[in-house]
Amino acid sequence: MSPKRVVRRIGFWFSVFVIVSPAVFVFLWMLSLSLKNEIDNIAYPPVFIPDPPTFANFVSVFQQNNIGRYLWNSIVVSGGATLIALLIGIPAGYGIARTGAHRFTVLILIARMTPALSYLIPLFAVFQFLRLNNTLTALVITHLVITVPIVVYIMAGHFETLPRELEEAAQIDGAGAWTAFRYVALPLARPGIVVGFILSFIFSWNNFVFGAVLSGRETRTLPVAVYNVLTFEQLAWGPLAAAAIIVTLPVLLLTIFIQKEIVTGMTAGSVKGG
Amino acid sequence: MATLAAPVPVAPPRASVVTRRRRRFYWFIVPALLVVGAVIIFPWLFTLWMSAFEWKIGDTPHFVGLDNYTGLFTNRRFLEAVVRTFYFTVLAVVAPLILGTIAALIFHREFRFRGLLRGVFILPMMATPVAVALVWTMMFHPQQGVLNYLLSLVGIPPSQWVYSPTLVIPSLVLVEVWHWTPLVMLIVLGGMAALPTEPYESARLDGATEWQLFRYITLPLVAPFLFVAGVIRTIDALKTFDTIYVITSGGPGTASETINLYLYLQAFAFYNIGNASAVVVIFFTIVLALALVLLWLRQRTQWT
Repeated sequence: MSPKRVVRRIGFWFSVFVIVSPAVFVFLWMLSLSLKNEIDNIAYPPVFIPDPPTFANFVSVFQQNNIGRYLWNSIVVSGGATLIALLIGIPAGYGIARTGAHRFTVLILIARMTPALSYLIPLFAVFQFLRLNNTLTALVITHLVITVPIVVYIMAGHFETLPRELEEAAQIDGAGAWTAFRYVALPLARPGIVVGFILSFIFSWNNFVFGAVLSGRETRTLPVAVYNVLTFEQLAWGPLAAAAIIVTLPVLLLTIFIQKEIVTGMTAGSVKGG
Repeated sequence: MATLAAPVPVAPPRASVVTRRRRRFYWFIVPALLVVGAVIIFPWLFTLWMSAFEWKIGDTPHFVGLDNYTGLFTNRRFLEAVVRTFYFTVLAVVAPLILGTIAALIFHREFRFRGLLRGVFILPMMATPVAVALVWTMMFHPQQGVLNYLLSLVGIPPSQWVYSPTLVIPSLVLVEVWHWTPLVMLIVLGGMAALPTEPYESARLDGATEWQLFRYITLPLVAPFLFVAGVIRTIDALKTFDTIYVITSGGPGTASETINLYLYLQAFAFYNIGNASAVVVIFFTIVLALALVLLWLRQRTQWT
């Protein structure tokens, strides 16, 4: 290799390093904080490698802060809102693709532009009236604001890529629109459903502000609970970092699981709640 | 799954049959439409209605017409929040666009571990904003924070980061850049995947430099994708809430209070529902107007 090429090679890898290292650093630092005791966490200069690593922070988060309960709340809220969204959003996506009712997708894009707080104030007032504030039901309903648009948008795009010929053949054989959807289109749409499910779950899981306003002590979702750990134990960095890992790890694992599809899902319409 | 008889070739159905068939598919949209009506359209209308009332939670609302709106136009704290929001948005759009394009140029090339490194690079985008914001809060700490230590390694004096009224917005933008550069990168990378190879080959033959290749071939061809990324980023940056709320709650003082933060305080700390609704309507108008202007600019640049 000529010296000039070597220099260019090094320059290239240096730029790769520069562009990737902030992402790596923040996650590693989060991990490092969660595995150190409090003395090391506030030491200056900072201690980078936990020696010896301790799981005490994770244990204390589960024991003292009832994180298990909040984890369950988050699963119920995001899981519930995502399942309802799939139930109504998959047929809707199909209907949009087959009728070309694109006005509906425009509506959904405008919904995405709307600040989350603008849904929150009216829904808060309504839930107050129905005495639903501080319940998981209210949270599931509110999270539909996030999940339904994502699922509808992704499914409409996905069904449009599927050939109509099979469905038309089924209809000529006497199948109704519903049968054609249920037994022909739906099985073919499985990859799209997986992407819709995971993206919708992630965005619902990550949402903070709905839970911050609508949940009570017992019905907090995980991000809200983690934020409260900060306000009450301002200086305990270890448990805080441990809690942050517990919130974000499921999402990161899902991201790695569908890395390729996320690229399509995020860029196709980039429907994100909040 | 039902088994199907082999498809029989048929003559295309007449138009009326097609429309009738099409109509049946509208039923598939009805359930979603009902839900969207209840949780999305109803809140819009209700907000518009509430904005005409002076209404504190618990009190009886009374009609004030446009007073909430006229009040906001002379409300110094609100106007400052508007200016601050634009300042934040400009930084939080431009920086990720530049860095995202550079990252896309890098990931567009073939190199070892590309898939793995790209996977790592996009992780911030999916990470829970609250969790990330908490970690940044600890990193920003002026005495024990790791950022000041890293600065000291390269000989830069410690910074006050989010504790300084002048640096708080740029510091928060830093978190936004970290979070959302991957999204810009993915969109631009998608655009680069469709680039033709011939213009590059002939330009190289003519002795063009790498910079010229980028400036005169790549950039114009990926410009539409940059535009999409810019629109998405503008909408999201205007609406940023979690990061700011968790790290500073609008402080120090009101130095990082954006429209969204102001809105949150009005609604859920002071329970001024009527006033907050007026803020929502104005805020929504700003977001929609900016999105439309950007899309209109795009149309124009495409046709000229």
